[in-house]
Amino acid sequence: MGGIHPAENKLTHEVPTKVAALPKQAIFPLGQHIGAPAKPVVQKGDKVKVGTMIAEAGGFVSAPIFSSVSGTVFKIDTAIDATGYRKPVIIINVEGDEWEESIDRSDKLELVADHPELTPEEIIKRVQNAGVVGMGGACFPTFIKLTPPPTAKAECVIINAVECEPYITADYRLMMEHADEILVGLELLMMGAKVTKGYIGIETNKPAAIELLTEKCHQKFNGSQYQVEVVPLQQRYPQGGEKQLVDAVINRQVPAPPAIPVNVGAIVQNVGTAFAVYEAVMKNKPLFERYTTVTGKKLQNPGNFLVRMGTPMKDLIDACGGMPEGDNKLLAGGPMMGKALTSVEVPICKGTNSVTIISDDEARRKDAQPCIRCAKCVGVCPMGLEPYLLAKLSEVKNWERAESEDITSCIECGSCQYTCPAYRPLLDNIRQGKSTVMGIIRARAAAKK
Amino acid sequence: MSKLIVSLSPHAHSRDSVERNMYGVIIALMPALLASFYFFGLGSVIVTTTSVAACCFFEWAICKYILKRQQNTLLDGSAVITGLLLAFNLPSNLPIWIILIGALFAIGVAKFTFGGLGNNIFNPALVGRAALLVAFPAQMTTWPKIGQWDTYLDAETGATPLSIINSAIRTGDASLLEQLPSSFDLFLGSSSGGAGAMGEICSLALLLGLAFMLYNRIITWHIPVSILGTAFVFSGLLHLASPVYPDPISVLLTGGMMLGAIFMATDYVTSPMTPKGQLIYGVAIGFLTVVIRNWGAYPEGMSFAILIMNAFTPLINNYVKPKRFGEVVK
Amino acid sequence: MNFILIAVIVLGAIALIAAIVLFAASKKFAVYEDPRIAQVSELLPGANCGGCGFPGCSGMADALVKGADAGSLDGLMCPVGGAETMGKVADLLGMAIANTEPMVAVVRCNGTCEHRAKIAEYSGLRSCAAMHACGAGETACGFGCLGCGDCVAACQFGAISLNPETGIPEVDEEKCTSCGACVKACPRNIIELRKKGPKGRRVFVSCVNKDKGPVAMKACAVSCIGCGKCEKECNFGAITVENNLAYIDHQKCRLCRKCVTVCPKHAIVDVNFPTPAPAPKPKEPKKEEEAKA
Repeated sequence: MGGIHPAENKLTHEVPTKVAALPKQAIFPLGQHIGAPAKPVVQKGDKVKVGTMIAEAGGFVSAPIFSSVSGTVFKIDTAIDATGYRKPVIIINVEGDEWEESIDRSDKLELVADHPELTPEEIIKRVQNAGVVGMGGACFPTFIKLTPPPTAKAECVIINAVECEPYITADYRLMMEHADEILVGLELLMMGAKVTKGYIGIETNKPAAIELLTEKCHQKFNGSQYQVEVVPLQQRYPQGGEKQLVDAVINRQVPAPPAIPVNVGAIVQNVGTAFAVYEAVMKNKPLFERYTTVTGKKLQNPGNFLVRMGTPMKDLIDACGGMPEGDNKLLAGGPMMGKALTSVEVPICKGTNSVTIISDDEARRKDAQPCIRCAKCVGVCPMGLEPYLLAKLSEVKNWERAESEDITSCIECGSCQYTCPAYRPLLDNIRQGKSTVMGIIRARAAAKK
Repeated sequence: MSKLIVSLSPHAHSRDSVERNMYGVIIALMPALLASFYFFGLGSVIVTTTSVAACCFFEWAICKYILKRQQNTLLDGSAVITGLLLAFNLPSNLPIWIILIGALFAIGVAKFTFGGLGNNIFNPALVGRAALLVAFPAQMTTWPKIGQWDTYLDAETGATPLSIINSAIRTGDASLLEQLPSSFDLFLGSSSGGAGAMGEICSLALLLGLAFMLYNRIITWHIPVSILGTAFVFSGLLHLASPVYPDPISVLLTGGMMLGAIFMATDYVTSPMTPKGQLIYGVAIGFLTVVIRNWGAYPEGMSFAILIMNAFTPLINNYVKPKRFGEVVK
Repeated sequence: MNFILIAVIVLGAIALIAAIVLFAASKKFAVYEDPRIAQVSELLPGANCGGCGFPGCSGMADALVKGADAGSLDGLMCPVGGAETMGKVADLLGMAIANTEPMVAVVRCNGTCEHRAKIAEYSGLRSCAAMHACGAGETACGFGCLGCGDCVAACQFGAISLNPETGIPEVDEEKCTSCGACVKACPRNIIELRKKGPKGRRVFVSCVNKDKGPVAMKACAVSCIGCGKCEKECNFGAITVENNLAYIDHQKCRLCRKCVTVCPKHAIVDVNFPTPAPAPKPKEPKKEEEAKA
C-alpha cells in the first residue's frame, strides 16, 4: 500500500568503508537518543580513554555515552547539535589514541557457542551498559526494545536492512563487510528477546547483500534451534519504517499508536544495531563508533566511513573533497527524513547514518501552487491517510477533525510532499498539526488523572 | 562559503508538477483533436481555436484584473484543457459568439467564482456546455455530419447515433437500431453519415489518450474503468431484457461516453480523492448516464451524470476514507 | 362561498392543533437558563477571541455567573474589555472585583536584519512553528524572533504587523486588547503581556536569549549577555538575571531607566518616554561606545 520510488542515488554503493581520521576535538551531545539526556560523569580537565564512560543514563529511557577518543575533557558546554539548537555537550581535546584495556580489539569472530555465560539477562545488561541505541536514526535504547511490556509477547526479531532512503549506503557496506558479526548480533538479539525466529529484510536493489546473507545464514543457522530467513523485499520507500517493514516481512499490521511493533510480536532492529550488539556483548566495546555515509551529487569523493562519534561533520566533508560551491543543504540523514543543519560543526552522533549534501536547484523548495486535488498524496501515503486533508485541517487549526482523521498515525515519511505536483508543504503543515494534536491528547490524558 | 539552506524534511521531490500533469492531459487530447480536424475540417479548427483562446483569455483577464493575483494561473495549462474539452463537446458549426459565451461560463462562472484552479465544484467545460445547451438548444442539438472539410456554419447536419437510439427507445421500434453504424465504424469514427460533437467521434483516439495518461501516471484506472464497466453491464442487462435497448458495445462507443469517462470525469479537481471513492463515483456516473440516455429527455446523459456526481464529490470525500494502516477490519 | 369556508376551517383547525402542540412542547422541553448569563454576555465585547481561556464570550459569561454563585470571580478576566467591562459585570452580579491594570503585548526581541546576521536560508512553509521545528532558523540565535508572523495571523484585532524593514513584529498599542493570542501563537515565547504603564511608558529587556555571553554576543548585536550590570544598577530589585538572561519585573519597576543606560548591548528598551534615558555616570557611555565599536 502506498509508497514512492525516489531516485536511488546510491553513489557510494561500491565504495569500501574507510576509517575516518581522528578529530582534533570531539563533541558529545548529551541527548543523542530518545528519552532523558545523559548525565555527565566527567569534569573539566579529566583524562579519558577511548571507551571511557563520560555520561551515564539519565533515567530509565536513556543511554550512557562513551568517549570515542582519548584525551582531556576541555569543557562541558553547549553546542549546536543535530536539532539545530544549542544543547549541552561534553567537548574533549584529542590526545593520542589510547583505548580502555577491557575492550577486545582483535578481529577474531566470537561465537555464542564459546560463551556459555551468556544468558538473556546478561545480554540485555551488556547491551544496556554499552549504551546501544537504534542505529537507524531514531536512537531508541535497544535494551528497552528487547524487554517488551508484559502485555505483549515477542515472537521474532526482524533485522532492518532495507535502507530505503536514497543516497545512504552505510548499512549496505556494513552487511558486505561484516556479515558474520551481524549474524552473531542477530543471534544475540534473538537470545535476548527469547525468540527463535529471525528475519532479515533487504530490498532487491541490494542483490549482493541478499546473496551473501542468505548463504551465511544457511551455513550458520541450518540445523540450529534458530530459524533465520533473509526476505528480499520489493523496492519501495518508506519500507524501512518499522511498521511498514513488519507488514512487508510477516504480513501483520501494527495498529495505530500507542501500539508498537512488539504488539504484533515483532522486534525490529537495524543492521547497525545488530553489529553494535555484537561488539558490545562479545568484544565488550561500548557504542562509540559507527558506519556513516558521506554523500552528495556534487561532492568530489563521496564515501563510507567508520567514524568515531563526536567527529564534526566538517572533518568528514573535507575528507570527501570539501563543501561544494554554491547553494547547499547539509543533512544529517538522507533526503527523505534527514534533518537540515545550519552548521558544519555538528558532530556525528549515534543516529547519524549519513551526511548528505544536496546542492543547487534541489536544495531549494519551489513555490507552492494551489492544490489541484490530484489525490496523488492519498495514493502514496503508506499509512492510508489523506495528507491533503490533514494539511488543510492543520492550516485552519481544526484540531478535533484532524484527530478524528488520524493525524497522529502519520509517520512523517514525506512521501506526500515528495509526490505533490503543486509543491505544497504538506508535511510541514501535517507535522505541526500532529504535534499540536499530540499535545492536546496528552493534556487530556493528564486532566483525566 | 555561501549560506546553508534549511527546511524541514523531505528534501527530495519527485519533480512532478502541475504543469507536467496538465500538459500531459493536453498531449493525451491530441489524438482526439487531430481526429476532430480530420472529420470536421475547417469548422472544427475554428471552434477549437476560438474556445481555447477564449478560455485562456478569460483565465488571464480574471486572474489579473478581477482577482488581482500575483501568480497568474494561465501558464499551468488548465485553461487550455478546459478550452479543448469545451470544444470537444460542441458541434463544429457553432457560431463564434456562442462559443465565447460558453467559455465565459466555463472559466468565469464554473471556475473562478469558486476561487480558481483547485476550488471549483463542477467541471468547468461541462458547465459551459450545459449552459449553452440550455440557452441555445437548437444550435446545440444539431450536429454536422463528418467528412466536410471546408464548411463551417454552412455544414450539413445529420442524425447522431444517439438520436437514432433515442428514437428507437421512444417509439419502441427496435428495427430503427439497424440504422446504427457498425461497432467498428463507431470505434474509428469513420461511419458514413455519422454525426456528433467534435471530440467524441473517434473512440480510438480517446483510448490512445487514456493509455498515454495511464502510462504517465497522470490518472489512475479507477474512474474510466468503473464508468465504462458499469455502463457496459447495465446497458447489457437492458439489451438482454428488451432489444429496443442498444447493445452495450455501441452504448460505449456512441456519444460522449468515452470522452466523458476518460477526460471529463477524471478531472482532478472535481473527482473524489480516494480510490474507493473514485470507484463509487465512476459506478454512479456509468449508471446515471445509461438511465438518462434511455429514459431522459436528452439523447445524451454523460455530461449531466458527471455534473450530478461532481456535486456528490465532497460528500464522497467526507465519508469514504482510505483504509488506515493497521486498522482492524470489522 | 362554500370552498372559502372549508379552507378557513381547515387552516384554522391546523393552526389550533399546531399551537397546542407547540405550547405543550415548550412546557415539556423547557430548559432553564439563568437570565444573568444573557445579561453578562451583553456586557462582554462579543469578539469570541478566547483570551479569557473559554471558547467564546458565552462560555465566559457562563463561568462568570457560576463563579458569582460560588462566591468569587477570581481568575476570570476578560482581557479585551479590561477592568471597565469586568467592573460592569461585577456590578451586575453583585460582586467586588480587584482592579486589574491594563496590559499590552510586548515583543521581546530586537534582532532585526541589521542586528542579527543570517547564517542560513530557510526554504519552506512560512510559519514560525515550522521554522522553529526545523532548527534555530536563519540566524545563529536559537531564541529570537523567526519573523514569519504567526503572531500576526493569530491577532484578531489587527494589532500586530511585521515591520518589513526590521522583520520583527510591532504591536499597535491602541488596538492591542491583551487577549494573549499572540503569546500562545509564538513558538519561542518571545511575546509577553506586560503592564501598559503610565502613559504607555514601559521598560523591558528586549531579548530572550539564554545562551552564554560570548555565544549570544556573536549571534546578535543587541542580545542580552547576562552581564548583570542592570541588576546591580536597579535600586528596586526589579531586575533578575537567570540563565544568562535579565528580566525586569514590571510590577516592581519604577521606570527610572538607569538600566537602559547601563546596558552595554542596548538590550533594555524604553518606550513612550518623552526624553532619552538619563546618563548616570560620565564614564559609562564611553565604554559603551568602545564596546560597540
